[in-house]
Amino acid sequence: MTKPVQNPNAFTQRAWRRFKANRRGYVSLWIFAILFVISLFAEVISNDKPLLVYYESSFYFPLFKSYPETAFGGDFDTETDYLDPHVRKLLNKGDNWVIYPLNSYNYNTINYFTLHPNPAPPSAENLLGTDDRGRDVLARLIYGFRLSVLFAFVLTLIGVVAGVVAGALQGYLGGRFDLAAQRLIEIWGSMPELYLLIIFASIFQPSVLLLIILLSLFGWMGLADYVRAEFLRGRNMDYVTAARAMGVSDHSIMFRHLLPNSLTPVITFLPFRISGAIMALTSLDYLGLGVPPTTPSLGELLSQGKENIVAWWLSLTTFGVLVGTLMLLTFIGEALREALDIRRG
Amino acid sequence: MTETTPLLSVRNLSVAFGRQGENRTQVVHNVSFDIAPGEKLALVGESGSGKSVTAMSILRLHDPTQTHYPNGEVRFESRELLSLDDTAMRRIRGHDIAMIFQEPMTSLNPVYTIGDQLTEPLILHQSLGKEAARKRAIELLDRTGIIEPGQRIDAFPHMLSGGQRQRVMIAIALACSPKLLIADEPTTALDVTVQSQIIELLEDIQEEFGMAVMMITHDLNMVRRFAKRVCVMQNGQLVEQAELNALFDNPQHDYTRHLLNSRPTRIINEVNEQERAAWPVVLEAESIKCYFPVKAGFFRRKIGEVRAVDDVSLQLRAGETLGIVGESGSGKTTFGMCLLRLQACTGAIRFTDQDLQAISGKAMRPLRRHFQIVFQDPFSSLSPRMTVEQIISEGLKIHYPEQTAAQHRTRILQVLQEVGLDESMLWRYPHEFSGGQRQRIAIARAVVLEPKVIMLDEPTSALDVSVQKQVLELLAELQRKHGISYLFITHDLAVIRAMAHRIIVMKDGAIVEQGETGMLFNDPQQPYTRQLLKASLFREG
Repeated sequence: MTKPVQNPNAFTQRAWRRFKANRRGYVSLWIFAILFVISLFAEVISNDKPLLVYYESSFYFPLFKSYPETAFGGDFDTETDYLDPHVRKLLNKGDNWVIYPLNSYNYNTINYFTLHPNPAPPSAENLLGTDDRGRDVLARLIYGFRLSVLFAFVLTLIGVVAGVVAGALQGYLGGRFDLAAQRLIEIWGSMPELYLLIIFASIFQPSVLLLIILLSLFGWMGLADYVRAEFLRGRNMDYVTAARAMGVSDHSIMFRHLLPNSLTPVITFLPFRISGAIMALTSLDYLGLGVPPTTPSLGELLSQGKENIVAWWLSLTTFGVLVGTLMLLTFIGEALREALDIRRG
Repeated sequence: MTETTPLLSVRNLSVAFGRQGENRTQVVHNVSFDIAPGEKLALVGESGSGKSVTAMSILRLHDPTQTHYPNGEVRFESRELLSLDDTAMRRIRGHDIAMIFQEPMTSLNPVYTIGDQLTEPLILHQSLGKEAARKRAIELLDRTGIIEPGQRIDAFPHMLSGGQRQRVMIAIALACSPKLLIADEPTTALDVTVQSQIIELLEDIQEEFGMAVMMITHDLNMVRRFAKRVCVMQNGQLVEQAELNALFDNPQHDYTRHLLNSRPTRIINEVNEQERAAWPVVLEAESIKCYFPVKAGFFRRKIGEVRAVDDVSLQLRAGETLGIVGESGSGKTTFGMCLLRLQACTGAIRFTDQDLQAISGKAMRPLRRHFQIVFQDPFSSLSPRMTVEQIISEGLKIHYPEQTAAQHRTRILQVLQEVGLDESMLWRYPHEFSGGQRQRIAIARAVVLEPKVIMLDEPTSALDVSVQKQVLELLAELQRKHGISYLFITHDLAVIRAMAHRIIVMKDGAIVEQGETGMLFNDPQQPYTRQLLKASLFREG
């Protein structure tokens, strides 16, 4: 009888149009996306192993396989150190050639061959200098950025899901459950988070996973309160009664009717939660409670910058990366909030 | 009327909204009218007609950065108000011209006692001392019919009922014996019996103080009862201005005629009682009781109960409209919720032959298709984050899961057409629609499931009169076509007279009187029913 009509204004299309209308957020998204995708391939961009070696008519892939130095005519049976000037000479002899990554240091590579004392200032060898152990700062920034962003995404995701579920259940079920959960949150929320972190840092081997677990245990509560309040308000609305009269099941009411109308605080806080998570990781690392020292971390670089105040390339570059990341995330979040507001055109 | 110098004279007034430099929208166009001293004028129009904007412009209550007066003048006792400086304007507000608003719940500040709010203008404008102001305030409260004004003066607004608050508002307005009182929908938020008391009070006071009253309203009954002269506004223009009787007997403008014709007339499928008695009973309820416990003290012991619904029974036949009438707090909505099993209660409810009280929530779910609701407020009854298609298709997905999406789409389009909406509206969100259209969407959501019973909870109270009539006609037509039974809950007797076959009058959770619509209106048996009928301004005297 009727021809199937294509929805000309699907929700996602409209949201995307609104998002694009915010130029600042749109440009920020592109910059951030490019930086993030690049950093995902950090091993190819910044590594102490060459991407490809052509040595005596055969190809070698040091990135994926480890070769002893003897394979390239060296003296030792141990894995090749491709930064060694002697090895480099061997690899460039005759028809042999090597493709190095753009930055030929890994986050943990120590440049033993620099002419300056560590921390070394920026030079042609180390574009942004080295830290106090002779590790390349640029490499540590690239890996540190990736780790911070991934850490923040995971932490935010866990926090949002847990917070929304907890808040939704409290708000929708109400009554005794709500009362008990509220008291639990009050007790839980009054636990000293920082002390717990210090205690756990001394009991367990500090790791990214441990940090995510510990911070998640406390991160969901702030959001749960807002979502709970939105649900409490929403569940008495007429459209919820209408849905109940229609025979809609409880979980459909929660997720189809109440949740979309309760997302305002979630979406509003999203950019702040992500940047907050980055800041949390950075400050814990700065205090030395965070990830182990071998892990590339912005906070650890900052704390080095404080110890070596003259080594401006440490603090300034890290500061730049942090501010840039947080700003991009905030602008994106702002545009996202406008995009998801269906009341805008 | 003898020609005197007008108290207030509005000439060619235009009002535009928007910031300087932006595109301004003009909302009032060249409006001119006069008010003589002691005159009762009504400004009538539907929502969006610019009547409130015009009235607020007289006192310059709009945000000055957002409002612009392209032309026109407002003269009050030969002073030009639009160009008056702020200090002089403040002296006029409250002192010479007072205003009362529609919503007595929000127009009093909840953190001050009514005494504080009442003495403020006295101290400000009449330079009375604290004691003298308090004495005068008690007199005013007494005058406006507040019982025990000496104690009531220290009460906070939430301790008073809606009607009492509106009395306090009137007392505040009267505090400085203004020459002009602007009343913006003063009774719309109140129950009918309270409405008529407030109107009586306004009339008395108008005579006593000899002030002019400008009443802004959409309610034609109110106009007929109160005003001497009427101005009709439409889309920011004053389309007609006439003496009361001239306007009602011989309206000149098309829009006035349209408004007068919008008063609900009997549009329901007329079937006499004997014939209807043969129709099958779809819903039957026996001695429904719904009590809410009142708890107090540290251990929340039960100290009493509120009998929201107290031993009410009814029978609803297929294709019949049963009106439930009562004032706010009479338990009519709670009773409806009980019948739909959305509110726990005791008593027997039978749907055709099934005992609804006996079956579990899960077993109830498939039956829910047969009971739908349409609410009063079309703004809160549609989820703002769902498109019209999602809203209407939700029930189909639950109750007809075996049908394909294309079948659902076909059914939705069919229903949209039935309620007078068009296909292009499927992807839009509720905020893009007017109140009347939203109510049509809510009706479509109910009708799409082909229910046996629809509970209509004040379905037209939030709508303008002309839209109200269209929605009522739509409901009547749907009933004729599909034989749906309506449980029509309302406080509006004009609407129920147009729509119901039978009526139940409720008060304090119990049935006061019930009977055929015609019988009940022509020969009410109970004093409460008579009072209700009289209050709803059908009959004078």
